[in-house]
This record gives sequence, structure tokens and C-alpha cells, in this order.
Amino acid sequence: MTETIVVTSGKGGVGKTTTSASLATGLAMQGKKVAVIDFDVGLRNLDLIMGCERRVVYDFVNVIHQEATLKQSLIRDKRHDNLYVLAASQTRDKEALTQDGVGRVLDELKADGFDYIVCDSPAGIEKGAFLAMYFADRALVVVNPEVSSVRDSDRILGLLSSKTRHAESGKGGVPAHLLLTRYNPERVGSGQMLSIGDVEEVLGLPVLGVIPEHDSVLSASNQGVPVILDATSNAGQAYVDAIARLLGEERPMRFTEAAKKGLFKRMFGS
Amino acid sequence: MGILDFLKARPKNTANIAKERLRIIVSQERSSRGSPDYLPLLRTELLAVIRKYVHVELDAINIQVERDGEHEVLELSVALPEHKPGATG
Ligand SMILES: Nc1ncnc2c1ncn2[C@@H]1O[C@H](COP(=O)(O)OP(=O)(O)OP(=O)(O)O)[C@@H](O)[C@H]1O
Ligand SMILES: [Mg+2]
Repeated sequence: MTETIVVTSGKGGVGKTTTSASLATGLAMQGKKVAVIDFDVGLRNLDLIMGCERRVVYDFVNVIHQEATLKQSLIRDKRHDNLYVLAASQTRDKEALTQDGVGRVLDELKADGFDYIVCDSPAGIEKGAFLAMYFADRALVVVNPEVSSVRDSDRILGLLSSKTRHAESGKGGVPAHLLLTRYNPERVGSGQMLSIGDVEEVLGLPVLGVIPEHDSVLSASNQGVPVILDATSNAGQAYVDAIARLLGEERPMRFTEAAKKGLFKRMFGS
Repeated sequence: MGILDFLKARPKNTANIAKERLRIIVSQERSSRGSPDYLPLLRTELLAVIRKYVHVELDAINIQVERDGEHEVLELSVALPEHKPGATG
């Protein structure tokens, strides 16, 4: 059984690609056979975050248009034998994706015995984002504690429950999880940022995981190593926890409380 | 600088404002989801008509389509401003 998971958000720049890379890597670390697909046609980035940008020969659009086989186009991860990346095209536009074509590629991955297919959605609600979610069995909605991101994710939740194959076949909306990223407990503590509870209350969904805002995410992307592989990073560890929960394990939230400050610091600034 | 000034200098709690605004806009957008495309325009036109008589804000008008068994019911409610005796439009 293959499970197709879309990582989506509506709003841009909230951490979808960062999350897709860590999710795919985390699942592979659990021994699953995983493919991660970049749906951001024209703005390929997943290859950089996965650190395989110099090994892209053929891409997703080439497979869809039968200019290359799936086998030729899947890039095997350097670190995990059971993890493959399918890059987006850098030269075409999002109209190059077709519903039939995407469906065919996903079916072929299923026939090849993949356990998970992670679909890294582009921002927005146009064709690329629509096709990334259309075939999904589950959704990870990445949201930042910020007004426009929360509003957009509600919009995406609406689309997941109506404009997907899951919904059209009468099974109801795609089951969705919220992943709250770029969370800053200090700013939440001082009333400057929406809290976990605020986001859950507005969207009416529990949060699956909370990824703190952390410099290690930037240094991981600088190096092309998904942050989940950085054992010293809070953000990486938070991804480990979130994936365990996605697979059904119960784990307490970490890194969601502000470090306690002494009176001196409170009086004279952080 | 007084000894208690650090209390006043605390930044304002803007997260509460954000949450309140989101609560309202998200519930409004959810209620219009899946409803006919003409609703936003209908709402604007109705507002223009109503404003000929009383001054109301855009968010004073709540309009939605609800299913009631076999029928769809267009439900419209307008929160009027506080009544001032003798005032006419
Ligand atoms: N937890 C985090 N802490 C700090 N920085 C982060 C975190 N998550 C993501 N970022 C940074 O935010 C930026 C956007 O991340 P990313 O590319 O993953 O977002 P995206 O949603 O895929 O964007 P797009 O909509 O353009 O595809 C990157 O610079 C990334 O390093
Ligand atoms: Mg991205």
C-alpha cells in the first residue's frame, strides 16, 4: 500500500519544501521506500534542499510528457538507498503538468512498491498546487503563526475537502494535519505571535507538530542536508517528533515553551 | 526612568488582535465556501441599497445559503446601528 502525502499551504515561503525534504528523509530513516516530488514547476528548489541539484538529468515534466522514463528521472538520495527525488522542471511552466500525467506517474510509483510519495506543493491555489493535492491520501498543511498564513491554510483545508479525488469519490475530504512552523515561543510569550492554541482554535484542527524558528534550518539548506539529519537542531528534532506522530506514535511537544528569563533580563531586555 | 517603566514598555499584545480578526474572517469565508458565486456581488449591491436608508458597515450584513431539507434558503441579516430617534436617511 502506497500513501500519497501532500505538503501544502496556500501562502508562499512558509516552509513546505523544508518540510517535504525532512518528511521524506524521516520516513526513509524508518526504512520506508519513499519518493519526494517537486510540483513547483518553473521554480525548482527541492533538489537544492535535498542536496542533489547537480544530479538532475530528467525531471517530472519529462516523465509526464514521456521524454524520459520514471527510472531515468528518479534521483537516488546519497544518504538513503530507499529515498528518491523527482525534480521539477526549471524551464517549463505549470501548464506542463496534466492531471492524467500526474496520475500516471503516481500509479507507476505505486506499482514500483513505494511506501510513501511526498508531494511538495507550490504556493498558491493554481494548477501546480491543485495537482499536488488532487491525488493525496493525506495532507500536511504547513502554517506559520501569522495572519495571512492562517487564513490561507483555511482556504487550503476547504480545497482539500472538495477539490480532490478523495472528496470526489465520496470518501470525504483528504484527512489533513496542521504543521505549525517557524514558531517562536519567546514572541508568543510576549503576546507578539499567535500561539499553538490560537491557531488550533481559529482553524478548528489540532496541530500535529510545532517546528521552532531556528538558524539551523538555514545552515541545513546552505549545505543541502535536510534539517532532520541535524541531531543538534531543535527544528530537526521537532520534525522527528512530528513524523513519529504522523505514523501514529504519541509524543509530547518539545521546544514550545520560552526559556525562563531571570528578573534582570526581564527588566533590561532580552 | 522610573523603576516600573519596564512594565509600561512591554509591547502591546497584538497576537490577541490577530486571533480575533482571524476568527471573524475565517468563519465568514467558511460560511460562503461552496455557495453561489453571485453572493459577494449580491452582498455589495444589497449594501448599496440599504445604505440609501441607513448607514451600515460592510460587516453588518451577513448573507448565506443554507440547506433546509429539499430547499436552499438565502438567509440575510443586517445589524442596524443603534437607533437614534428622528434620524432619517
Ligand atoms: N523552522 C524554520 N526556522 C527558520 N527558517 C525556516 C524554517 N522553516 C523554513 N525556514 C526558511 O524559510 C524559507 C522558506 O522555506 P521553504 O522554501 O521551505 O518554504 P516554501 O513554503 O517551500 O516556499 P515556496 O512557497 O516558495 O515554495 C527558507 O529560507 C527556509 O530556510
Ligand atoms: Mg517550496
